[in-house]
Amino acid sequence: MGVVVDTPAIGSEVRDQPLESEMTLSMGPQHPSTHGVLRLDLRLDGELVINAIPDIGYLHTGMEKLFEYKKYQQGIVITDRMDYLNPLGNNLAYVMAAEKLLGIEIPERALTIRVLFCELQRIASHLVWLGTHCLDIGAMSVFFYCFRQREKILNLIEAASGGRMTPSYFRIGGLMMDLPAGFERRCKQFLDDFPEALDTFDTLVTGNTLWQARTKGIGLISREDAIDWGLTGPCLRGSGVDLDLRRDNPYAGYETYDFNVCVETDGDVWARYLVRMREMAESWKIVRQALERLKPGPIKADAPKVVLPDRDDMRKHMDSLIHHFLIVAEGFDIPAGEVYLPIEASKGELGCYMRANGSAKPDRVHFRGPSFVNLQALPVMSEGEMVADVVAIIGSLDIVLGEIDR
Amino acid sequence: MTEKLHAYVDQIRARNEAWATNVVDALGEVTIEVSRDSIYEVCQFLRDEAGFDMLADLCGADNGPEEDPRFVINYHLLGTGHKDRLRLQVLVAEDDAHVPTVSSLWSTANWHERETWDMFGVVFDGHPDLRRILLPSDFDGHALRKDYPLRGYEPYSLN
Repeated sequence: MGVVVDTPAIGSEVRDQPLESEMTLSMGPQHPSTHGVLRLDLRLDGELVINAIPDIGYLHTGMEKLFEYKKYQQGIVITDRMDYLNPLGNNLAYVMAAEKLLGIEIPERALTIRVLFCELQRIASHLVWLGTHCLDIGAMSVFFYCFRQREKILNLIEAASGGRMTPSYFRIGGLMMDLPAGFERRCKQFLDDFPEALDTFDTLVTGNTLWQARTKGIGLISREDAIDWGLTGPCLRGSGVDLDLRRDNPYAGYETYDFNVCVETDGDVWARYLVRMREMAESWKIVRQALERLKPGPIKADAPKVVLPDRDDMRKHMDSLIHHFLIVAEGFDIPAGEVYLPIEASKGELGCYMRANGSAKPDRVHFRGPSFVNLQALPVMSEGEMVADVVAIIGSLDIVLGEIDR
Repeated sequence: MTEKLHAYVDQIRARNEAWATNVVDALGEVTIEVSRDSIYEVCQFLRDEAGFDMLADLCGADNGPEEDPRFVINYHLLGTGHKDRLRLQVLVAEDDAHVPTVSSLWSTANWHERETWDMFGVVFDGHPDLRRILLPSDFDGHALRKDYPLRGYEPYSLN
């Protein structure tokens, strides 16, 4: 590993003396560090990348087509499977789009729980990013530390929703059910332990000279290019653009929380690393505030034709039973209209374009996945870098192929 | 809430009365219908003079095979400075499904337009690399059209 520090010198030597012939190398789709089934067409001059063309679609499952054949409430389950590291974020974009078309108000407690889980999910997603990013570059132990913490978050999500990776916890009009007894205590326990874990990651990675040699000055993208390529989330903030939809386009009551938006100006792998590391601490702050705010109250909107009634009500009231039957058997109609609802998911702007035609099934649902857009900038970032650095750049983009291919 | 967005509409109309053929204000979002011939100029104007420097999303939609115009192309613009959002809409007929590309204005439009071509069969004129992106290159038809059956015409085989 000693030569790693000398990489820039080796690189410039290669750059000064290009080989006479180019080589095309197909990387993936089963390559472990492409984070799923991504294939890259690498055009190489020796070890130097002339162009890297992503080839996607291996995981395409026709989700956007499927939405049109499912009732609105059934679509939530599909969203779980898009960005499978951030399912609650996908749930949120989808249900908020439907709620906006319906024009229903969500009670305070449900909103607070949504924020709480979205931020826990963001930490979990960033932990997978950190673990795999380090694994790609050659630091194995960080992966295990990260997954240990992520497991605790998945346990919290499981306690509330019954699912670890596919919770479908947010429903149109509120939540699936209220938090279980003892959740606050378990969540608080996690929050108490997490700063120490974050310090551990910091000690393991941030100050490491090898890590810095592999990330600083690699995968550069300028502020103008980042906007031109439509980058969002930590990739955009790593290039010095101060844009966070939680603050600039607030939804779900984010405007009432106190947090900072992390911005770095270098635009390299290192900057994107720093942004995500700091974001985990900010998310931790938001979860704490949300937990303090939790007060007893309703978790479903007062919209009997949209929200499933409580089991108890169904035994006592005839109309609740009728509503339950109608919602399950026929669904509920959403008046014609169209919305584009963007949220700040862990990877960037997750936009849900939903067009309703007055029936119980959507006319068109389109997801603007941040991974899809961010991956597109890979050729810009990897041009002129070494092959090993392409792996570092893919890691820093934090892509999930489930969302890219949909 | 949408007054600020209507100021952009006025700005567009002040430049060229014919650009915005229809304006819809619903659910806190402003949709500007633009004719196919002027979409490039409107996008260029909004990008350079109204601060909409990012194309957040571009997606198609199908009104159904009986409808004319059949396809809708949505452009969701975002200004990273003022943080406002606008939706531009272009309607195209099935027998003449061509739209000029905006990938020379925003590089990010490249993949979005490829996806829209792939799923709806709308051709983006002047696009540098209009290939299928999500579906296999030998796929028959355009999967998100309303008349394309959910399970396809026959079982698809990778062989």
